[in-house]
Amino acid sequence: MIRLSQVKKAFNQGRHNEFWALRGVDLHLELGGVTVFRGPSGSGKTTLLTMVGCLARPSSGRISLGGRDISALPERFLTDIRRSTFGFVFQSFNLLKGITALENVMIPAYPLGGDHGALKRRALALLERLEMADKAQSLAEWLSGGEAQRVAIARALINDPQVVIADEPTANLDSERSAQFLDIVAGLKRDGKTVLMTSHDPLVAEAPVVDRVVGLRDGLIDGGG
Amino acid sequence: MSGWFSRQRSLLDFAVSSLARRKGKTLGLLAVYGLIVFVLASAMLFSHALRHEAKQVLAGTPEVLVQRLIAGRHDLIPDTHLAAIRAIRGVKSAQGRLWGYLFDPAAAANYTLMVPPADAPAAGQAVIGAGVAAVRDAAIGDVMSFRAHDGALVSFTIQAIIEPESALVSADLFLVAEADYRRLFGIPDGRFTDIVVTVRNPREVRTVAEKIDAALPDTRIILRDEIRRTYESVFDWREGMVLLLLSGAVLAFFIFAWEKASGLSAEERREIGILKAVGWETADVIALKSLEGLVVSLAAFLLGYLLAWLHVFQWGAPLFEPVLKGWSVLYPDFRLTPHVDELQVATLFFFTVFPYTLANVVPIWRAATVDPDQVMR
Repeated sequence: MIRLSQVKKAFNQGRHNEFWALRGVDLHLELGGVTVFRGPSGSGKTTLLTMVGCLARPSSGRISLGGRDISALPERFLTDIRRSTFGFVFQSFNLLKGITALENVMIPAYPLGGDHGALKRRALALLERLEMADKAQSLAEWLSGGEAQRVAIARALINDPQVVIADEPTANLDSERSAQFLDIVAGLKRDGKTVLMTSHDPLVAEAPVVDRVVGLRDGLIDGGG
Repeated sequence: MSGWFSRQRSLLDFAVSSLARRKGKTLGLLAVYGLIVFVLASAMLFSHALRHEAKQVLAGTPEVLVQRLIAGRHDLIPDTHLAAIRAIRGVKSAQGRLWGYLFDPAAAANYTLMVPPADAPAAGQAVIGAGVAAVRDAAIGDVMSFRAHDGALVSFTIQAIIEPESALVSADLFLVAEADYRRLFGIPDGRFTDIVVTVRNPREVRTVAEKIDAALPDTRIILRDEIRRTYESVFDWREGMVLLLLSGAVLAFFIFAWEKASGLSAEERREIGILKAVGWETADVIALKSLEGLVVSLAAFLLGYLLAWLHVFQWGAPLFEPVLKGWSVLYPDFRLTPHVDELQVATLFFFTVFPYTLANVVPIWRAATVDPDQVMR
């Protein structure tokens, strides 16, 4: 269970260009199921997910994960939680160029120091499940948008996280690829994963796989959440 | 522990693949870095091996040398001095030597003319060093002639050529019989160039030298230890000169390395952001970049050192020969005995690998402490 209490986030705090991306968000997210954060650009969707995913700390307020307050933890502990609990699929996929799809998938597990052979087998199995086994040895820059996203999903799943966070996952995909992505999300849901997505794509928000849509506007939950 | 090893292995794999992704930058750095190590290591290996060689040679030289001085200049020593020295307690033996330099206008080179203490050539014959044979294109059986002190021609038939293995001390040698030597330079019987003295107890060398000095006030005493120190300071000075000249290149390299290592491109910053976002700690990123730096510097060090080894011990150090060996027409053509000083290797390693690795880590540390949420924007 993830709980946010009066979470606020400011950028450039104390400067002339101070900007409050979140202005006091209260939210309660049960684990399991698919939640979409919907709202216009600048509404605070992505900032909210970075707070939940331990990529950044709130300026004020509290975030708890499974009853544990994680809003003021030092970077090392936050990284540990991020690594074991969350997997990220970024809007522009953020694959490392010059290395293969397979290596990209393996990267999050390197610092954990597990058996290299087992890690490789796990990464190949994930690529196979996402129908990307034949592209395992392709360099990241050779992949199409849809392929790069599937590699990014495999990378998000390599450490077997409880929660998968996807930021605008269909922004760079056509309708057919978007539908394929939603099929993958349905598979993750069946596996018991929690999927948190930001999107202003109606195709995503209205998809049958989505359990809950949270609206955001001007850094606040729009309409009860 | 196996987890730690797996982690290091994974990071090392990734470091190597990261370096391979930036082929141009990596190879350029490797080439410049390797070249610097090569030049420095060549100078160090060469002068160290020369010093080592000189020490070996000096080990076989006499402990005490007595020369006669007149008005502060070296003069021939009479055989009466021999008897006086032999009478001193502690002296094991004393023997007069005949040697000198002979300028050969045909080769424009100076030879060291010497009467060997044992197995001297027969009159009219000579045994020559490999260097002499090379400049005069002489072979066994050939005749070489020189003008004596009175203008008369003295001829020598080459009886043998000294093997080049001992070329460091024998390249310019010209060994002749005592009678020929005296005829060539007009030195009368009963006079020698100097006297070599051996001492019964090596710990009494200095005491015996003082006794000789007291008994024969017109002489100067030269001890083997003093010669050794002179050699060392000469080689130290030459090595110092070379290293001083190279220090400019070393400095330029460090500026280059700092610029290369610290100038993180936008792409590298982005990559660090991605690694942090997918769960890498700041320490993991620093470990990765340190490994990258270590791989480059270690590879450059090994490559440079190996090339320097080949350069000095296989190819005869053509780059430093004129500066470090001396200034002469007759360069001894010899192969140095491979000899490496561990402390010297460690010093070179520390001053090349350590600064580069550090130059790599500092900017990475700054970049790696950036919040990972940058990649979401």
